[in-house]
Amino acid sequence: MLGIVRQKMLEQSLKKIRPAVSVLRSYSSAAKQMTVREALNSALDEEMSADSKVFLMGEEVGEYQGAYKITKGLLDKYGPERVLDTPITEAGFTGIAVGAAYYGVKPVVEFMTFNFSMQAIDHIINSAAKTNYMSSGRISVPIVFRGPNGAAAGVGAQHSQCYAAWYASCPGLKVLAPYSSEDARGLLKAGIRDPDPVVFLENELLYGESFPVSDEVLDSSFCLPIGKAKIERKGKDVTIAAYSKMVGYALKAAETLEKDGIDAEVINLRSIRPLDRSTINASVRKTNRLVTVEEAFPQHGVGAEICASIVEESFAYLDAPVERIAGADVPMPYAANLERMAVPQVIYHFSLFSYNYQYIYTHICIYMHANTHNFIHL
Amino acid sequence: MALSRLASSSSRSADLLKPLCSAISLRRPISTDTTPITVETSVPFTSHQCDTPSRSVQTNAKELFTFFRDMALMRRMEIAADSLYKAKLIRGFCHLYDGQEAVAVGMEAAITKKDCIITAYRDHCTFVSRGGTLLEVFAELMGRQAGCSRGKGGSMHFYKKDSNFYGGHGIVGAQVPLGCGLAFAQKYSKDEAVTFALYGDGAANQGQLFEALNISALWDLPAILVCENNHYGMGTAEWRAAKSPAYYKRGDYAPGLKVDGMDAFAVKQACTFAKEHALKNGPIRGKSLSLVEAIKLTSSCSVCCAYMQILEMDTYRYHGHSMSDPGSTYRTRDEITGVRQERDPVERIRKLILSHDLATEKELKDIEKEIRKEVDDAIAQAKENPLPESSELFTNVYAKGLGVESFGADRKEVRAILP
Repeated sequence: MLGIVRQKMLEQSLKKIRPAVSVLRSYSSAAKQMTVREALNSALDEEMSADSKVFLMGEEVGEYQGAYKITKGLLDKYGPERVLDTPITEAGFTGIAVGAAYYGVKPVVEFMTFNFSMQAIDHIINSAAKTNYMSSGRISVPIVFRGPNGAAAGVGAQHSQCYAAWYASCPGLKVLAPYSSEDARGLLKAGIRDPDPVVFLENELLYGESFPVSDEVLDSSFCLPIGKAKIERKGKDVTIAAYSKMVGYALKAAETLEKDGIDAEVINLRSIRPLDRSTINASVRKTNRLVTVEEAFPQHGVGAEICASIVEESFAYLDAPVERIAGADVPMPYAANLERMAVPQVIYHFSLFSYNYQYIYTHICIYMHANTHNFIHL
Repeated sequence: MALSRLASSSSRSADLLKPLCSAISLRRPISTDTTPITVETSVPFTSHQCDTPSRSVQTNAKELFTFFRDMALMRRMEIAADSLYKAKLIRGFCHLYDGQEAVAVGMEAAITKKDCIITAYRDHCTFVSRGGTLLEVFAELMGRQAGCSRGKGGSMHFYKKDSNFYGGHGIVGAQVPLGCGLAFAQKYSKDEAVTFALYGDGAANQGQLFEALNISALWDLPAILVCENNHYGMGTAEWRAAKSPAYYKRGDYAPGLKVDGMDAFAVKQACTFAKEHALKNGPIRGKSLSLVEAIKLTSSCSVCCAYMQILEMDTYRYHGHSMSDPGSTYRTRDEITGVRQERDPVERIRKLILSHDLATEKELKDIEKEIRKEVDDAIAQAKENPLPESSELFTNVYAKGLGVESFGADRKEVRAILP
């Protein structure tokens, strides 16, 4: 009950904070605003223009202009031979795309959401990821699987799962998760140019969000390196590692933490596999505290892997146990209140310094519903 | 007239057939005579939604000898693999193709290396027909560096991209959409070639096959699906697995052909027909996908009984599903012996060669001896070949490793940077 009152208070204060947030983001000379949708569309357009071997395949990518309008205008520009509408047969068309990649052309396969990729997961893992290894380098698979991943709004359990951990556990795949428009453009272009199978995890709720983009980002040769995380916000007290939409939440949390004198460093992972362990470890060695944030199911997740990596490499540097914030360990419910509880929310911040003999514990404001022990009342 | 020409050519070939002393020489004593010979296929073709090709197949002495030699080589190779497996030099899975050689050899004779072939895990002989060497086969089976996948693939993962052979797949049925994808890429690249996607009667019920078939027909892909119906999906006879084992009809709107897969010439004729059909009809909406079913008929069945739903006689693979399967729990030894006596593909060619007076019994036996030696030499060479270096554990995970770090089982001790 009290929590709800606190929540309402924070939401009001957040509304005041939000305009300030975009100014504080550290991008190079922000000239233009671009939505993630526009970023993805322009990246596809430019890569198709640059390389005639690149083609698109997926449900509704052509005449419908894309289920989420990511591929808008591409059918008109490149024709039905390069933008192919498929029947609703993920296993079949993914297999066909992988076979085409064996031959040497470069498919970009869209899954309407990654939930449907489970129908095709045998081809992604067994036919795509492992083939370069099994053939000892004779047959590479230059394919990109892209589409929205994770929770949307009110779409229920079968349409809300995040697949980052599943795909990222498989050697042979590269798994990318953009946050901003710059990420979307740079990582998609890098993925299309990459000779290995790339799983590109977008987020439906980010498609409409606008981010400033510099001229460098707008250039058609712009590309981001795969396997490198980005420090979105420098800090010294605690490291928050997140990917996709949670980066935005982490940044919001960092703003409010600042008011309490806690300087959080926010890392945008960008690449789930390969994971940029060195950036995360270097950051934790500086701040001595780590919180991982993801929207996905907690068990065996990305946060678990990051925690293991820190424990292996930087254990002595930790001043407190690694805190893991993730979605609830339940299938996604439909009711709005339950759904809100099932994913991390930015509710309000407080910090608690608990002098518990050995360590200083800092809790930050990203809330995980089931773990009420995260709330320690002052 | 023709007979005398044949006689003179056979004496020429007799000279060529004298056993060669050099152990490393691989020059084959085949007749180079290309005078046309016409042979009849064992049974007429049965079709679905298309015309049947003629039963008369054009061939020549050269091709007959090539067929004989290639199939005898494959036969010998598979039997040798059986021994190696029992000697524990080959580990894991080993699916042998003996009995089915006519499909690999007949298909290869109908196409070029520009055409693609993809198959499942029973791939040793298909790999050889695409130009793979015996050393590459045995070394890969034994997990050595000289293997076609440098020892990292194993029996089920042979590839030869320069000959457009795309494997070698362990997941039943997955190779069919992959094969349609190859056809897609050929069409996309305007390559004027076709893809043969082979699968078994066990895989014929896979959903992804029908998904791929639907898309291939919709998009007019130059794909030819080949069901190697050896009548057993592992231990399950076809009638227990398929409501409709008329696999050549399962394509519905797609044309189909039923072929005697123990007859290399029938296979060759059908593949030629299918390739022509695919390339001719490719760009036009309609019947662009051919479904070719290779069926190995048993001896006791009369010609009109084209489907083998009832009998449990194994004809295609003399071995069981794999080396772990004795192959005799779900079928009788009589069935196997019967097929071997009546319909063996190598024997068929031998009889053809003998009946056309192209060689004597002894000359053919000499070829087989030579083949045996070739196989033994390759095995000896493969046995000498080293296992891969430890560093190979971490190579080829990616085509472009980006310098990321990878870990072995002991994360502190065993680490590598992926190149």
